[in-house]
Amino acid sequence: MATQNTIRVSVRRRAATLSFWEQVYLFEVIRGLWITTHHFVLNLYYHILKLFGIRKTHPLTPTIQYPEECRPLALRLRTLHRLARRDDGRPRCVACMMCETVCPALCIQIVAAAVDDPNIEKRPKSFDIDIGKCVFCGFCVEACPEDAIRMDTGILDIASYSRGGMVLDIDRLLSLNAATERTDKEVDQLQKWLLQ
Amino acid sequence: MFELRGLIDTIWGWIAGLLADIGLSAGLVQLIGYAIIAAVLFGVIALVVLFLVWWERKVSAKMQDRLGPMRVGWHGIIQTIADAMKLLQKEDITPKNIDFPIHFWAPVITFVAAFMVYVTVPFGKGLIVADLNVGVLYIIAITTFTVIGLLMAGWGSNNKYALLGGFRSAAQVVSYEVPLTLSLLGVIMISQTLSLGTIVGQQDGFFKWYVWRQPLGFVIFWIAATAECNRTPFDLPEADSELVAGFVTEYSGMKFAMFFLAEFLNMFTASVVAVTLFFGGWMSPFGPDFGPSWLWFFAKTFFFVFVLMWFRWTYPRLRVDQLMGFAWKVLLPLAFLNILLTGLGIYIFD
Repeated sequence: MATQNTIRVSVRRRAATLSFWEQVYLFEVIRGLWITTHHFVLNLYYHILKLFGIRKTHPLTPTIQYPEECRPLALRLRTLHRLARRDDGRPRCVACMMCETVCPALCIQIVAAAVDDPNIEKRPKSFDIDIGKCVFCGFCVEACPEDAIRMDTGILDIASYSRGGMVLDIDRLLSLNAATERTDKEVDQLQKWLLQ
Repeated sequence: MFELRGLIDTIWGWIAGLLADIGLSAGLVQLIGYAIIAAVLFGVIALVVLFLVWWERKVSAKMQDRLGPMRVGWHGIIQTIADAMKLLQKEDITPKNIDFPIHFWAPVITFVAAFMVYVTVPFGKGLIVADLNVGVLYIIAITTFTVIGLLMAGWGSNNKYALLGGFRSAAQVVSYEVPLTLSLLGVIMISQTLSLGTIVGQQDGFFKWYVWRQPLGFVIFWIAATAECNRTPFDLPEADSELVAGFVTEYSGMKFAMFFLAEFLNMFTASVVAVTLFFGGWMSPFGPDFGPSWLWFFAKTFFFVFVLMWFRWTYPRLRVDQLMGFAWKVLLPLAFLNILLTGLGIYIFD
């Protein structure tokens, strides 16, 4: 970056004094009314189109009616954890304690157990993640040598009435699946949104 | 066809017959009739106000690219009822060292004054509670009552913001009352009557609407009426950014709701007066027998309420000195000019 770029900024200066017609105010009043009318009529037009299902989206109103409609999530967004399975359905996790060690929030608790299969080191007897403590840093996912723990469920609305309810056990973690295991159409929509 | 008068007469005839059969005297039956009329009128007006609050929120949302209430009912249509329920349940907080009777009666007076106007309003063909021969005078007198309520609220609250709001509203409403009354004088000079029923009856046709003969009078009336209902750009009595909430600062619960409903009722009143005096009341633009008259009345009135909302979400608030200067230096001379022109017009053409 040796060359020095000069950025020319043109500043549009507003006249310090009002013109005669602006001072009269009569026309400015009507201009003001026109702005609100413009917004009102356009909004009403799009709302009616949406009401009758002619359009799916409303280009002027950016409001998202949250529980019913959700904003598309980025593919790399770190969301609720899950534990991936092997092809035969057993958990991929070998209870190596990497994630538990790297976790800065100390929210992962693993109890290891022996496995008969000589190809597998160990298996997790229990695998608890306290989501109430988790800081969603994603270190566990990066540390995992088996690609067993993943944060791709797309679940963001995690809530519970008690602290205990925020602790997810191994069955719950294994039962979740990835947000990318959606239909192709949904993925297309997601990527279209990302390209915008 | 579609007129309500016949239906009402039939129902009342049935009820009156029933009451007479029970053995009530004719005077008592009539008294019960008045009570029923008052109750029905109150119901209709309350419904209109509840609708207007929702409408204001929706209109403002559309003008600001928002959605407005969407949750309670279809597109939030019963949001206002939910709000009213909430306000009914809330604790009625009365501050220390207030002037209790004045503080207590202020919302009542404001609300009742706003409601009393509708006694003499022709809602449709034959739909008028009492066609007073001093109707216009009565409406002007009763709407001015509102300021007493506001001043009482300001004085009784023992709060400097409320007091400032009350004083501002008194100054504003008294100032704008003058051009408002004078602008109505033009219509009265032409119509030669104060009875609202007769004034509507004279405007049977699109080109007989008094707005065509009184355009300046209507503009003055409309500006002054906006100020009378304390609507933006003349909402100085309750300027949120300067006075917290003005005269309603110390009110909560149902008393606050009464002030709130009275404000919307005043908006509706201003629109009703504009429609009745300048836009032919319940007359349709295509002659007196086109469609149900009450529907025309409400359509026109709601349009003018919409215009008031339109103003509110467009214009910034005036300064106090600008407000007073505008009333006394611009509107008042124009109102006098309007009377002069009307007099000349009557002298030349009639």
